[in-house]
Amino acid sequence: MDNASPLRRTLALIQGPQTLGRGRRFWAGFAVVLALACAYPMFADSYDVGNNVYFFNWLFMALGLSLIWGYGGSLSFGQTAFFGVAAYCYGVLTINLGDAYGLTLFSLVLAVACSALFAAVLGYFMFYGRINGVFLGIVSLSVTLVLERFMAQTAGPEWAIGAARLNGFNGMGGMPSLTIPWPGGPIVLYPDLPLYYLTLALLVVIYLGLRILVNSRFGNVLVAIRENPLRAEMLGYDIRRYQLMAFVIGSALAGLSGVLYTSWGNYITPASMGMTAAALPIVWVAVGGRGDLTTTLVGTLLVLIVFQMLTIHGSQYALVVMGALLVVTVLVAPRGIVMALVEGAMRLTRRKEAR
Amino acid sequence: MTHILETRQLNKRFGGLHVTGNVDFALDAGEMHCLIGPNGAGKSTFFRLILGEHLPDSGQILFQDQDITRAKPFQRIRQGISVKFQVPGIFKELSVRQNLVIALQHHVDPRLLAEEIDRLLEFLNLSHAQAQLAGNLSHGQKQWLEIGMAIGLKPRLLLLDEPTAGMTPDETHATGEMLKQLNAEGMTLLAVEHDMAFVRQIAQRVTVLHLGKVFAQGSIDQITADPRVAKIYLGEVDA
Repeated sequence: MDNASPLRRTLALIQGPQTLGRGRRFWAGFAVVLALACAYPMFADSYDVGNNVYFFNWLFMALGLSLIWGYGGSLSFGQTAFFGVAAYCYGVLTINLGDAYGLTLFSLVLAVACSALFAAVLGYFMFYGRINGVFLGIVSLSVTLVLERFMAQTAGPEWAIGAARLNGFNGMGGMPSLTIPWPGGPIVLYPDLPLYYLTLALLVVIYLGLRILVNSRFGNVLVAIRENPLRAEMLGYDIRRYQLMAFVIGSALAGLSGVLYTSWGNYITPASMGMTAAALPIVWVAVGGRGDLTTTLVGTLLVLIVFQMLTIHGSQYALVVMGALLVVTVLVAPRGIVMALVEGAMRLTRRKEAR
Repeated sequence: MTHILETRQLNKRFGGLHVTGNVDFALDAGEMHCLIGPNGAGKSTFFRLILGEHLPDSGQILFQDQDITRAKPFQRIRQGISVKFQVPGIFKELSVRQNLVIALQHHVDPRLLAEEIDRLLEFLNLSHAQAQLAGNLSHGQKQWLEIGMAIGLKPRLLLLDEPTAGMTPDETHATGEMLKQLNAEGMTLLAVEHDMAFVRQIAQRVTVLHLGKVFAQGSIDQITADPRVAKIYLGEVDA
């Protein structure tokens, strides 16, 4: 490895001390899961496939929170703020610009950049203002709640940006879906097969990219800050800069979730930045195991599916179950339920091998 | 001899409490110096001022003739100061090796990193434990690991806050020899220490802090022979 090219050295970081899963067995499993995900539309109704993209939409926000909280140790309770900012930006931009010439893709990039910029400004004041621990959670939660309140009172006709009416509590609708310009006619990404595959591809790329990031020197410093910020600083690291960078990356991912969600449903409402919405990502990530990207991914997907099934029977009841799930996790498996299962399985195999 | 570290009229108050008062202190390059004094003498605050955890109300701190009075902690570390805390400041949930990777990755060529860490692990007598979680080490091993992280930065000046706290006599002695070796290789050391046997083992010069001021300075023999020092501090200690 010593004389390998920089590219190969970077790719080698895809497995390392900060991520679970390495070696042939893990990557074979990964390939099987990916193949199943690719094959799934062949066995399902395309209407269902399009609907189920909904689950993928949230995973980016969950992975971002895992980076900020699980790896960096800063609990942000307000990732929905960045979700909402990007979502509304996408709506306003696409309603005004239209869907020709790949302008929806341009809007996607710009909307995610807006949420990243917002995170950079807010994060600068939080981290360089030395707000940490529970206060970081309080400040970030307050920000998302303020945004929700603000957007909720934009019902009047005076609240419009160009052709885009903000519509207050009723939410903003009518924005075009993501559209890829194509020689034979543009591909509109309605909730259908193309959107499914695009979102899946994005998810794989970002999951693998984050694996490389957390095993890199940057990731090493991030976990060092989580473990002992003073020691990390006294090794010569500007810890606030690292915390801010992780916050911006994680929040941009929340923004990506916001854009994908808005494009998928052609609709965004202030409630997406409200108390309930803000609390749910914490539940997904905590239940899965925030300290690892893979357990976060699996846990979030499972919790989302259970939540969806419960919601069909009554939404209040589903939220109570989510709360109970969080409490059980904190009491029984504080590092996450999926994480606890993985660690249990690893201990079992090790014991078998020892015998 | 040139001074590697110098403080001029260093003052720090917490509310009405004057923790350090006009501390004038100079450390020669290459020496091994111990800072002693009764509880509340201002030793820890003095360390924190040097590290930049606290900023002084007035006065000046010079490191290698550069004014670092207002520099941020991480900037001081990059200029060549390193510290070992009293309570082992390690990354408990990470492996021993990973702890050292984090300390060294900043300034060691990635191609030489593994080799450098192997050498350090051997020096610390921790090669066999490198895959363990740092939190599972014995107390003495944790202290060594942190010393390893601190010296891994290849500092010009190493600050040690009670480096042998909680160690067995054997471990304490071994630590002393380790520090002497580092000093012989050119590192300047400044240690806060209560254990007078250990001070005798390592210190070339001793400074006594009392009520936030430099009270006495000299060799360990001069300090222990000084009746004023015995009165404030050494009275109940065999040395």
